[in-house]
Amino acid sequence: MAQVTFDPYLKLEHLAGHADVTRAEKERLISKVMADRRFPDYLYGCYECGICVAVCPSARFYDFSPRRIAQAAARVDVDLMFQQMEEDIWECSQCFSCLRCPRGNNPGGIITIMREVAVEEGRRSAKTALEGYSRIIYKIMSTGTQVSPDMLQPDAFPDWGPEVKDVSENLSLWRRALPPETHHTTSTGWDVAESTILELYVIWLETGALEMIKEVDTGIHMILEEIMEERLEEEGIEI
Amino acid sequence: MSDAVGVILSKKQKFERTPDRRNHDFHEELFALEAAGELIVQRVSDDFVSVPTKYGLQKKIQRGHLWHHKSCGQCGHIPGYSTSIFWIMRKLGYDYDDPRDQTSCTAWNYYASATSNQAAQAAVALRNFAAAYETGYFPLIHCGTSYGHYKEVRSELLHQPELRAQVRKVLAKLNKEMVIPEEIVHYSEWLYAMKDEIASRSILDLSKIGVTVHPACHYYKLVEGDAIYDPDVYHGQRTAAVSGLVLSLGADLRSYSTFFDCCGFGFRHILVQRDFTRSFATLRKIEVMKEEADPDVVLTHDTGCVTALDKSQFATQAHERNVGIPVMSEAQFAALAMGAHPFKVCQLHWHSTNYRPLLEKMGIDWEAAWAEFQEDLKKLERGDQKYLTWADVGV
Ligand code: SF4
Ligand code: SF4
Repeated sequence: MAQVTFDPYLKLEHLAGHADVTRAEKERLISKVMADRRFPDYLYGCYECGICVAVCPSARFYDFSPRRIAQAAARVDVDLMFQQMEEDIWECSQCFSCLRCPRGNNPGGIITIMREVAVEEGRRSAKTALEGYSRIIYKIMSTGTQVSPDMLQPDAFPDWGPEVKDVSENLSLWRRALPPETHHTTSTGWDVAESTILELYVIWLETGALEMIKEVDTGIHMILEEIMEERLEEEGIEI
Repeated sequence: MSDAVGVILSKKQKFERTPDRRNHDFHEELFALEAAGELIVQRVSDDFVSVPTKYGLQKKIQRGHLWHHKSCGQCGHIPGYSTSIFWIMRKLGYDYDDPRDQTSCTAWNYYASATSNQAAQAAVALRNFAAAYETGYFPLIHCGTSYGHYKEVRSELLHQPELRAQVRKVLAKLNKEMVIPEEIVHYSEWLYAMKDEIASRSILDLSKIGVTVHPACHYYKLVEGDAIYDPDVYHGQRTAAVSGLVLSLGADLRSYSTFFDCCGFGFRHILVQRDFTRSFATLRKIEVMKEEADPDVVLTHDTGCVTALDKSQFATQAHERNVGIPVMSEAQFAALAMGAHPFKVCQLHWHSTNYRPLLEKMGIDWEAAWAEFQEDLKKLERGDQKYLTWADVGV
């Protein structure tokens, strides 16, 4: 009988795909995930019971499972975690239904951290997942509100019905027909004070959040960096 | 009836909490850090309502003098949502601040794209909290995701000195102090706390209006201990936010089996992978509600849920699925009950699924209301006035 020479609980390396990435590189990335301050609160081990799968909306529609995420992390299965980072994590809805885990785990939270590392490292999965998403990143980082009325364009949301066209055709008039004084904007959700936006720029720059998108979207990063530094310089704010 | 059955039935009639399951009260750490001079706790004023939470602790909900932490999705795409919250507050005579010194919590983007990090998210939250504190008004959070995310941030700050140090450095650059409010309060908690006052001002008979409620995941699943649970609503087994108000308004609250399911919003999915959102929102929520409860309206209490549940129905109708229930926030529904204008206040023309049969059943003449709104729009177009004002909507 052939002898088992590998840990039967780990994904076989040749089945985990991504042979082009060295084991050392995979270990570097996964150790970044595990070194996150939140990680110890997000994983206490895993019963492999599947309760999280039962409540997971993404598991219903994709070949995706929060149990696999927690299980791989609990077994410290580097090859499998790397595979998940490249193939699975962007399917999660971040609803946090899986917080009802009887072990106290937060599989959705583990995914948040894995995504952060994938973005920061400019991994292929992150680039693909964020294709078509740049304008949102630009909006939130530059204006302080994420979704704006002028995003409601029929060609962007053809599946939302004819009302989207009504809104976009009447946008500025309908915005003026809103009683709250802060709501008359079309390019931001509400009227954000200029000084507030500058404070937000300081936050993005000081915490390294802006730097995070450098690898994943160089163009947007350059534009945002220029806008922020220019505005802060004009106001004499040093970073 | 056997003893065993009696025991089971008595459990069903009145849910008793077991104290040992009670969540740890975060206030202990919060006040300890304040005593150590690490942060300032913005106190709830003396004018508050006490409400029950999941493990039996009471939560203080300040009545007036509130700082409205707005939601970008509500203000941007469902503006009748935020307008209704303000309108109810004005109608009941409570003062508030609608600040310009407020950013989005940025958590929609964070959960969608992860293009941010823990320290940045905490700094955004604390910048907003400090801005509220400086005005003297107490923060009231409109968005379910902001509410859940801020509670996560609070928990991380209370337990991680390194994070506090990092955020304190950023706040120093902004000349701001580290402030955490005594309670993080969602607007639906305020509506719940004020439900009797609101009901006493209702002018409509809603007893024939069938309502199903979708509870927002980020309201009651993230840091779940201080979400509202009331033994008198669903026997304390489901959050009482939204549903408690529906009951007080005398509407016909109906149950369905996928109550705990997510709406399918997905943060990134709603923007770049809507086939998922549409499938989940309609197959797991709207169709199930329709088959099991046949409601006249779906009420919910979060930006993303209104969007996912409302906007997903148009394309699904083309597949001849069993959908077609109007969706709005309970704030809009309560405002309608109190006599708010369906277009000038509740701004229902921004919604997708047909709400007109609902208005008719509620006894609201939507055709006349639409004509009135058109008259107002003409005034704005002619330049008679630049904006519709609160005076134009009677508050
Ligand atoms: S993460 Fe929790 S719920 Fe999911 S399989 Fe593991 S123990 Fe079970
Ligand atoms: S957070 Fe992600 S993994 Fe967890 S239940 Fe929601 S979709 Fe599933």
